[in-house]
Amino acid sequence: MAHLIATQWQPLLMGLWNTILCSIIALIGSMIIGTLFALLEISQTRILRVIGKVYVEVFRNIPLLVITMAFFLIIPMYIAKINGFTAGTIGLTLYTSAFIAETVRAGINSVEGGQLEGALSNGMTYHQAMRYIILPQAFRVVIPPLGNQFINLVKNSSVLAFVAGFDLMYQGNLIANDTLQTIPTYFIVGIMYLIITLPLSYYMRHLEKKLA
Amino acid sequence: MKRLWHLLGLGTLLAAMLLTLSACGQSVAKQDVLARDEQSKQITWGGKSDTRLFGLENIRTGKLEGFEIDLAKAMTKKILGPNGKCVFVPVTSGTRVPLLKNGNIDAIMATMTITPEREKQVDFTHSYFDAGQSLLVKKGSPIKNIHDLNRPGKVVLGVSGSNSVKNVAKHAPKARVLQLSDYAQAMTALKSKQGDALTTDNGILYGMAAENPGYEVVGGNFTKEPYGIAVNKNQERFRNKLNWALREVERDGTYNRLLLKWFGNVKGFNYQEMKR
Repeated sequence: MAHLIATQWQPLLMGLWNTILCSIIALIGSMIIGTLFALLEISQTRILRVIGKVYVEVFRNIPLLVITMAFFLIIPMYIAKINGFTAGTIGLTLYTSAFIAETVRAGINSVEGGQLEGALSNGMTYHQAMRYIILPQAFRVVIPPLGNQFINLVKNSSVLAFVAGFDLMYQGNLIANDTLQTIPTYFIVGIMYLIITLPLSYYMRHLEKKLA
Repeated sequence: MKRLWHLLGLGTLLAAMLLTLSACGQSVAKQDVLARDEQSKQITWGGKSDTRLFGLENIRTGKLEGFEIDLAKAMTKKILGPNGKCVFVPVTSGTRVPLLKNGNIDAIMATMTITPEREKQVDFTHSYFDAGQSLLVKKGSPIKNIHDLNRPGKVVLGVSGSNSVKNVAKHAPKARVLQLSDYAQAMTALKSKQGDALTTDNGILYGMAAENPGYEVVGGNFTKEPYGIAVNKNQERFRNKLNWALREVERDGTYNRLLLKWFGNVKGFNYQEMKR
């Protein structure tokens, strides 16, 4: 195994970097989009609620691989040339955002109704009440489930391997096929995923303790 | 301290998993495959299920069909007699060697080129088909041969685990290679313009061109790819028997009959040259 690392560290590191990059982009993107759609889902306007619901149900109920393949194969045919990495990152962002929307919505619902009423009766607008009163409390509640989503996101980024996104899993496949050392290669790849997910998991625990 | 114990526990678990996995591989390798197959009257082959002309799953019947499948059936009959049974496990370029190593299949007949690197891991029989690598492009494409691809910005599609992607690095080092998981996916990627050309062995490409009329094989062969049947290391008896069976089907005309059946009508493919 040491020999494998010694000869293949370059593609492995490149894969690790691409996986981290994709995860960071998708994490930030899906947080923003997810929160946005959570707000749509609880909006007071019916049409906005419908839009939010449809978005969440579509992206939550289609397998990630199908979404990613669609971006990899269909978008370049009709709209613009995008590579595997971009297609995979977009797919992962939209897919995760649907789950984050549901998580954040649950968090907002868990904040007592009196809070919103109180804020409104103190002269705040609906947006101010959301921004300063409801969302901060909601996020505190949803940190543990969000942590799960983030860890899933990192692992789900392995979908890039299927659209030649040069991520860790893709490089792992190539090395396994090249050297035919299948088990040691995937073992190393597994460890490298742990290098990303374990600190993330510890950080989320830390955050949970700090804010609780 | 507690955290240290956690980490130690995790490490031990992983090490135990690795040991178990590698131990499985060893016990399988020690068995005599030929003796076992002669007793059970059955040979388990790893075959392609996504490659037209060689091994393709018929969606209606669920059975594999192709030149390699027929050849494997004929060879099984030679080795085990007329009652010999032939079981096929679908494999891809990426899964075939692991499946052979862990004993799920006895032999691989799946468009596998005999190469020195692979010979370190598995043993090959004599070649049963002499293919060569070529290119598939959209009709009217500016790409006419492998040299046209040797430019920055050119993208070549291939299938991961196949020998052909390595050959591109040798013959067109400036091109970027995208490796996808199977031929169907690579073909779809070519159609959605994710690459300028698709590369693999000519026989497979002709099969794809027959299915996709807007695409053609160009540039002739730029490598020689002799296909061999792969068996595990230390299975000399089984390998010798396979070599014998291969010679037998070549001698009694079965080989040429199968060649005619599968490649006789393929446009651009000179099957007369391949006769044995």
